[in-house]
Amino acid sequence: MTFWVLLTVNSVTFGGLLFLLSAGFSLIFGLMRIPNLTHGSMFMAGAYLGATLLAGQLGFSLNFWLAAVVAALAVAALSALMERVLLRRLAGQQLAQVLVTLGVSLMVADICLMVWGGDPISVDNPPGLGGFVRIGAAALPLYRMAVIVIAAVFAIGLWLMLERTRLGAMIRAGVDDPDMARVVGIRVSRLFTIVFALGAGLAAFAGMIGGPILSVYPGLDQDMLPLALVVVILGGTGSIIIGFIYNFGQALLPELAYFVLFLPMVLVLVLRPQGLFGGQVL
Amino acid sequence: MRIHRRALLKGAAAAGLAVAAPAVLRAQGALFRLGLLTVKSGPLAQGGIQMEQGALTFLKERNYMMGGRKVDFVSADTGGNPAGAKTKAQELVERDKVDVIVGPLAAFELYAISDYVREQRMPTLSLAAADNLTQRQPNPFLLRASATSSQSMHPIGHYAATELKLKRAFCITEDFAFGYEQMGGFQAAFQKDGGCVVNKLWPPLSTPDYTPYVAQIADCDGVCQGFAGSNPLRFMKAYASAGLKYPVVTGSTGGDDALLKSYGEEAIGLISCSPYTLDLETDGNKRFVDGIMKNHNTIPGFYAAGIYINCQVVDAGLKAANGQSEDKEKFMAALKTVSLTDTPRGPIKFDHLGNVVGTSYVRRCGTEGAKYGLKLWNKTIKTYENVSQFWTWPEQEFLAHPVYSRDYPPLTKC
Repeated sequence: MTFWVLLTVNSVTFGGLLFLLSAGFSLIFGLMRIPNLTHGSMFMAGAYLGATLLAGQLGFSLNFWLAAVVAALAVAALSALMERVLLRRLAGQQLAQVLVTLGVSLMVADICLMVWGGDPISVDNPPGLGGFVRIGAAALPLYRMAVIVIAAVFAIGLWLMLERTRLGAMIRAGVDDPDMARVVGIRVSRLFTIVFALGAGLAAFAGMIGGPILSVYPGLDQDMLPLALVVVILGGTGSIIIGFIYNFGQALLPELAYFVLFLPMVLVLVLRPQGLFGGQVL
Repeated sequence: MRIHRRALLKGAAAAGLAVAAPAVLRAQGALFRLGLLTVKSGPLAQGGIQMEQGALTFLKERNYMMGGRKVDFVSADTGGNPAGAKTKAQELVERDKVDVIVGPLAAFELYAISDYVREQRMPTLSLAAADNLTQRQPNPFLLRASATSSQSMHPIGHYAATELKLKRAFCITEDFAFGYEQMGGFQAAFQKDGGCVVNKLWPPLSTPDYTPYVAQIADCDGVCQGFAGSNPLRFMKAYASAGLKYPVVTGSTGGDDALLKSYGEEAIGLISCSPYTLDLETDGNKRFVDGIMKNHNTIPGFYAAGIYINCQVVDAGLKAANGQSEDKEKFMAALKTVSLTDTPRGPIKFDHLGNVVGTSYVRRCGTEGAKYGLKLWNKTIKTYENVSQFWTWPEQEFLAHPVYSRDYPPLTKC
């Protein structure tokens, strides 16, 4: 019983973290059609920056949440620059975009290694969230429950932003038909930069939020990127589904951990290329 | 200008003599080329960077002299994969003309270059712990001053059964050769002293969150983990987060002193067994730790100490060979006879297969006695002296078994 409760809660937690990570990926891919392979690096960079701000190695120390926000803003700013300087020139060339983003991700990995060294950095739980909640015999870490709440808040916030605001309307217009959006006077080029920065910021924020669970270490980017890809391909509630598949798959079929994880991706790509819940592509 | 015939003759004779002079004379003055195979990029870089720091600290301490010869140090980054290790080993041998290789880091890298160094007759002092290369498939040009994968796990298996009085252990480690060999060693020694392994789990090398595995730990009175790199950190975190309280034992990588600064409360009580321990109070270890702290401002662990010790062995071997490294067989034979007393890990010598015989330290992680600004400290609670790769089994009996693997020793009912 404890086993199932623990796994279920952990699946939802991990799903929440994956949602934060891949929401930005979906936005960028949906609007700009850029398969952004630096997304894992943004996650890792956010975690490294956040952990540094938290530890106070810069002479001042921020609290956990502020560190996460500042790290997200910093990564968002750098990513906006990258979009302006590099990706802007490669509009519409997907192969070139894949290669450039892959190259940048490798460079980011080496820069992080140079700055932070190879030692893993562990991030403490934010104050007040270090304890447990007891459900039956299972002890559930409070912080993991908090991650679920954070993800839910962001999910609602993003939904409101996309559905209810002017920016959201412009993004939806840009996704559906960028040319027509231009014609009606939306500055699609500026929109691209905003969305790219927003997606990157979300990934960096997720990195810091994931810190107390995953810790920060060289190679974190490569661990997270494939998960974001699978989630985006499944679409819709993909993050929760992958959270469950990942956790239960590893627990029940540890020998086939990766097989179980990527099988749904392959099946969806072959059988339902528009995604699990996607509409017909025009 | 007219050249006198006699002067010409003299000059020619002198030139001829210089060419024909015994290799000894030239060798004495020649640079000794020390090649390091390490990993400075990617996920394995944590240990790889330390390896280079260990080598540099030794060289600075000795003013870049080994066995009376000036050292030319070449460091190569394999990228932490077998193909890279092979390429870099070839570069070191064929382009840089090194006299000896120290490294590489990982078992799969060592397997990749093993045949090549044997063909090239290149003395190689590895840190990598691929058991069989000093056991059933020995390589005469390989010397290992660190440990086989199972060498530290035999003592911890014994300790868990006899001192912690554990009866049922749950094993969990990475799904690769180092993991299999570690857990095989633990299981064999633990069962020899009356314990029983209830299950062995093998998560993939890159597993962001260990909770799904931790959730399966049950029906036992102790846990043995054998994680390496940054994985022990995340495993212990997930373990503590799940509220589990069984005592945890581990080997050299799982409780490495270099991880102490990254570990938090979750590591308190972790019992590890390692061929190197930071809290060893000897002059040899003090010199090493002070050197690393001064040169690199970092707390050393197993990887830095391992390469530092390899350099000590090279230095002593070169002295024993009168500074000559050109005849590789003789140089290798000299290296194998080395026995040292003042290494950072204490006294070491080699068995006839080229593997180290030395002390293993069992330590408990806690806050007591912490030095160098650390919050946590591995305090030695038991030492096992003269531990060989065969533990307490006779060599013949040990080698008659297959090498430790995923399926050997098999799980028994308990």
